[in-house]
Amino acid sequence: MARIIVVTSGKGGVGKTTTSAAIAMGLAKKGHKTAVIDFDVGLRNLDLIMGCERRVVYDFVNVINEEATLNQALIKDKRCNQLYILPASQTRDKDALTKEGVGKVLEELSKDFKYIVCDSPAGIERGANLAMYFADDAFVVTNPEVASVRDSDRMLGILSSKSRRAEQGDEPIKEYLLLTRYSPARVKLGEMLSVDDVQDILSLHLLGVIPESQSVLNASNSGIPVILDEQSDAGQAYSDIVARYLGEDRPHRFIEEEKKGLFGKLFRSK
Amino acid sequence: MSTDTREPAKPVLEFKNATLNVPMLILHSVNLAQIEHQLLEKISQAPDFFKHSPIVIDLQDINSHDLSLDVQTLIELLRTNHFLPVGIRGGNNEQNQQALTLGIPYHSSHAITHPVTEKKAETLKPSVTDEQPTEPVENKFINTPVRSGQRIYSRGDLIIAATVSAGAEIMAEGNIHVYGGLRGRALAGVQGNANSRIFCSRLEAELISIAGNYKINDEIDSDNLNKPVQIFLQERALIIESI
Repeated sequence: MARIIVVTSGKGGVGKTTTSAAIAMGLAKKGHKTAVIDFDVGLRNLDLIMGCERRVVYDFVNVINEEATLNQALIKDKRCNQLYILPASQTRDKDALTKEGVGKVLEELSKDFKYIVCDSPAGIERGANLAMYFADDAFVVTNPEVASVRDSDRMLGILSSKSRRAEQGDEPIKEYLLLTRYSPARVKLGEMLSVDDVQDILSLHLLGVIPESQSVLNASNSGIPVILDEQSDAGQAYSDIVARYLGEDRPHRFIEEEKKGLFGKLFRSK
Repeated sequence: MSTDTREPAKPVLEFKNATLNVPMLILHSVNLAQIEHQLLEKISQAPDFFKHSPIVIDLQDINSHDLSLDVQTLIELLRTNHFLPVGIRGGNNEQNQQALTLGIPYHSSHAITHPVTEKKAETLKPSVTDEQPTEPVENKFINTPVRSGQRIYSRGDLIIAATVSAGAEIMAEGNIHVYGGLRGRALAGVQGNANSRIFCSRLEAELISIAGNYKINDEIDSDNLNKPVQIFLQERALIIESI
């Protein structure tokens, strides 16, 4: 049986798709067969971030409507043979998704894959609800600002009451916090909530902090999941997150401002 | 039969069921002098409120103690004090007949409610304390955080051993205990129990309310914010007290 992970947030623009791409790639690179599904029907982005937008023939909605088989729609990643992408349809909207249809696709994927990463759309409507409904684990992506934290809190409420696990009275979804676009310097200036502030509000297990980084934008624009940029702080942060999720004990990084030595100041990287 | 052949016009009347709120006078004693004395005392507190007020007389308590009361004298007593008796309840056959001859209907004593407030019972006659066994209250216990957008309702007390997020709403007919930060809205005594209280280990609430008397965050004294407090009602004013 596969483990189904939903990457969700409530609020838009916090880094759900970047995170989905990074952790799916991270899990696959660790040797686990992984599928990543774009639930953002109508506003598909995952294929861009994964750099496979020119290879999309069939999509998630085609599979749900039985116009194509799962194998026809799954796109195999060129960099990692353990990773497959199921893109969203750009010409449809979220009403094209049905609970039965999504359930069937996930069940079929479960036979073959170790991890299924569901990239949730923003909001708390149909697309987001279906992305989290079947989940076993939830990665709640939050930016260190009040609106994002509030929306994540709302999403956590929905996760604990409207998921399949909640409805069937099973063990609840495991919830993890991913704090993205974190800037210790701005926290110091009081312009941003600190890790502790966010933890105080959400009281959630912190899986990792991803620093605000130019490398994320560069990676998105070039269609390479940022985790593959091993030199970048964001890439390393995602590697840590995948390792921690798989049970490794790694100390948290990027929470404190980096103290740069003289050379660091002179040859400032990224 | 009348030769008047009227057209079957629109109905000029109809019967409907209606529920009215009528004050009820529950008697715990048959001593008419005592009753009159205490009645006058009550009236003096709010003369306009009681003037021409309809009233139902509840005789269940005195009958359950086999005390006999002259209904006619009682009704006369009430009328001279500007009450308008509209019924008796819980009376025995003799009392019911007496009431009927005075043109006052009687009602069965089913679903009789006990004194609304204990205070009322106390002032009338403190010695009578044959309270019914209280109904089992359904308290609710929660030990996971209450998230933004969630609503929780308890028929009894509500005990939360976690934080209540901003944007969450917790309601209880009884007391509310929050062993964590209270950031959302907390409403205790939502069915009107003015004796209910709110306790929390850290007050940051958006709104607090007891029996409909509420305060928003802006109105909370900043000395009380972010502190462990209890909140209760005193003469219709919300009192926040640190604990």
